[in-house]
Amino acid sequence: MIELNNVSKTFTLHNQGSAVIEVLSNVSLSVAPGECVALTGASGAGKSTLMRMIYGNYLTQKGEICIDGIDLVQAAPREVIALRRDVLGYVSQFLRVVPRVPTLEVVAEPLRAVGVSASEAEARAKVLLTQLNIPERLWSLSPTTFSGGEQQRVNIARGFAHQYPALLLDEPTASLDRTNREVVLCLIEEAKTRGAAIIGIFHDEAARDRICDREIDVTAFTPGIAA
Amino acid sequence: MNAYNFAYLDEQTKRMIRRAILKGLAIPGYQVPFASREMPMPYGWGTGGVQVSAAILTPEDSFKVIDQGADDTTNAVSIRTFFERTAGVETTTKTSEASVIQTRHRIPEDPLIEGQILVYQVPIPEPLRFLEPRESETRKMHSLEEYGLMHVKLYEDISRHGHIATAYAYPVKVEGQYVMDPSPIPKFDNPKLGDMAAIQLFGAGREQRIYALPPYTNVVSLDFEDHPFEASKADHPCGLCGAIDSYLDEVIIDDAGGRMFVCSDTDYCENRQAAGHKGKDAA
Amino acid sequence: MTPLLSVQSITKRYGPHVGCADVTFDLFPGEVIGIVGESGSGKSTLLNCMAGHLVPDTGKVVFDTRTDGPRDTIAMSEPERRMLSRTDWAFVHQHARDGLRMGVSAGGNVGERLMAVGERHYGDIRNKATDWLARVEIDETRIDDRPTTFSGGMQQRLQIARNLVTGPRLVFMDEPTGGLDVSVQARLLDLLRGLVRDMGLSAIIVTHDLAVVRLLADRLMVMKSGRVVEAGLTDQVLDDPQHAYSQLLVSSVLQV
Repeated sequence: MIELNNVSKTFTLHNQGSAVIEVLSNVSLSVAPGECVALTGASGAGKSTLMRMIYGNYLTQKGEICIDGIDLVQAAPREVIALRRDVLGYVSQFLRVVPRVPTLEVVAEPLRAVGVSASEAEARAKVLLTQLNIPERLWSLSPTTFSGGEQQRVNIARGFAHQYPALLLDEPTASLDRTNREVVLCLIEEAKTRGAAIIGIFHDEAARDRICDREIDVTAFTPGIAA
Repeated sequence: MNAYNFAYLDEQTKRMIRRAILKGLAIPGYQVPFASREMPMPYGWGTGGVQVSAAILTPEDSFKVIDQGADDTTNAVSIRTFFERTAGVETTTKTSEASVIQTRHRIPEDPLIEGQILVYQVPIPEPLRFLEPRESETRKMHSLEEYGLMHVKLYEDISRHGHIATAYAYPVKVEGQYVMDPSPIPKFDNPKLGDMAAIQLFGAGREQRIYALPPYTNVVSLDFEDHPFEASKADHPCGLCGAIDSYLDEVIIDDAGGRMFVCSDTDYCENRQAAGHKGKDAA
Repeated sequence: MTPLLSVQSITKRYGPHVGCADVTFDLFPGEVIGIVGESGSGKSTLLNCMAGHLVPDTGKVVFDTRTDGPRDTIAMSEPERRMLSRTDWAFVHQHARDGLRMGVSAGGNVGERLMAVGERHYGDIRNKATDWLARVEIDETRIDDRPTTFSGGMQQRLQIARNLVTGPRLVFMDEPTGGLDVSVQARLLDLLRGLVRDMGLSAIIVTHDLAVVRLLADRLMVMKSGRVVEAGLTDQVLDDPQHAYSQLLVSSVLQV
């Protein structure tokens, strides 16, 4: 489902003396449907960078990132957009939404984007928000005013609204209490069961051990650290 | 009066105006620019109509001038006298006897016949002017037949008054092509514009435009499907001749709010009275 | 898949000065593309060339018309192009008063495009106008008021309603949120995003506000001195800019 072949990434800082920073080199990995892989490594090893590359958020200079048969490195923007809409979900640590849009719509939006009717999308959003213990009185409000934990849960609800065949999770259980952490872990397990290929970053070791089938230490691809 | 050329204007000017008239007749409803001359009267007094009349008058013509339908108001009397003195043509107040009728804001009630020419005095020839102030843009709109704006004006009328309140200078579409301002005639007269046997010429002196309707031209008043055009008039008979089918002027007759309605077309009214018709206010 | 709009090598010079140079890109149905760059970078020139307001020196702007398929709009006759710009195209000006008739009521403003394409039923036109005012969150009791009595944000929303009432497929926007205060901007962005999604609109948005493109645009082009220096997915260009100028632009944004 997700396949990386010899992927490398450098940052060129044109405005800081054109410094070239090599962040990752020769990453190869593959994640099958129903499999969950954890990225590990010390802070700064490039876990988030790799995740962002797999989402197409960071430009990849070399190699292949194939998701559902489409090479993100070569794909036209509209192919990436279609891929993100239909196949590839991403739960980031931060919620980025248009101010003023009600929480319910924020969560329902990924479903609306794939053509689900407004009422059906809303119903699904309500189920998720209830599961994640977002009080109903907040549904009509914009999440921009919510606490960090609440925002995180809205973000997760949004990420799980559409059943993406491939999922990227960046610290999904961070800043969650025990109850909500459990809900999120169940959601991830469900996704696995229905065959989603998942790559995640978990600092929460217990969660990692419970969910993930494999771990990949990103340090191995980090020039200067591994060497 | 030998000091003046026939009908005041010099022959070169008349030829220039005739060319504009011919072009206007060839493209009904299209506003033809022309080099309007200074006339011995102020703008707004019919300088456009006078130049058109001057260009088409022949010594054999019989000339009639009406102002709001009447032969005896200042504007009508002075223009009639003007051509009596500069062209020496015969003048008349009878619609049926006139070969050229210059008019300010009315069409005579009696149907005109082939061979007659009706000359309108036009203050503002551009029907789109109040909605689109740029001449370059209105010309483009005409050439591309972009007339949505014209209906916006009617829309605004209905939204504000519940019906199309435009009562005069009511826009028309000519031969399915150009939208035209018929000059400030009451919309009661609009149906007479179309399919008329006489030639209709429109002259705007200040704005330097001439346009025309050749005989039997198709002219349609703009409207909405659910708010169709209506040729309205005061709902009264004429106080003098009793006519119920003519356009009426409201005349205040005393300080107690007394009023009477009389035909605005004086010739029509007089003819009816002479034929024995009598209204309720007739002496 | 046929692009809705295919811009090919558009160049516009003002004498020796370059307005925009050799700009090429495709816009697909339902896509929103943002064009960013500082003042004078040529983004407005480019927008005006694409929308038919300016004639480029070279290049083609091929639009996939409903009836005849892809046509170069620059080579089109003017009547055809103007017909396009009041049916399938829409243009939202930065200053609402450039895009509105200030002397005509809100309802008349919205209805104009309908009447321009031949609608002649007052009741229908008025119903559609009422519906559109509601969609852009203007109280329908204001339908007979002139835009001069509206706030800046309302005027901008009215302009959008006026533009979208004929169901265009492509909307050009020139700094649509410029000059509005921040709370009004958010409301407008939300509205635009909803309309783009619900109507399946494609849009080209020129702005210097990176937050606007992040929220509205799928793709982004960065212009400098009349040239496109970088193009790609919006979040990719903003989060991992490759060109020196893009990096400068992104790093110059003040964080709130």
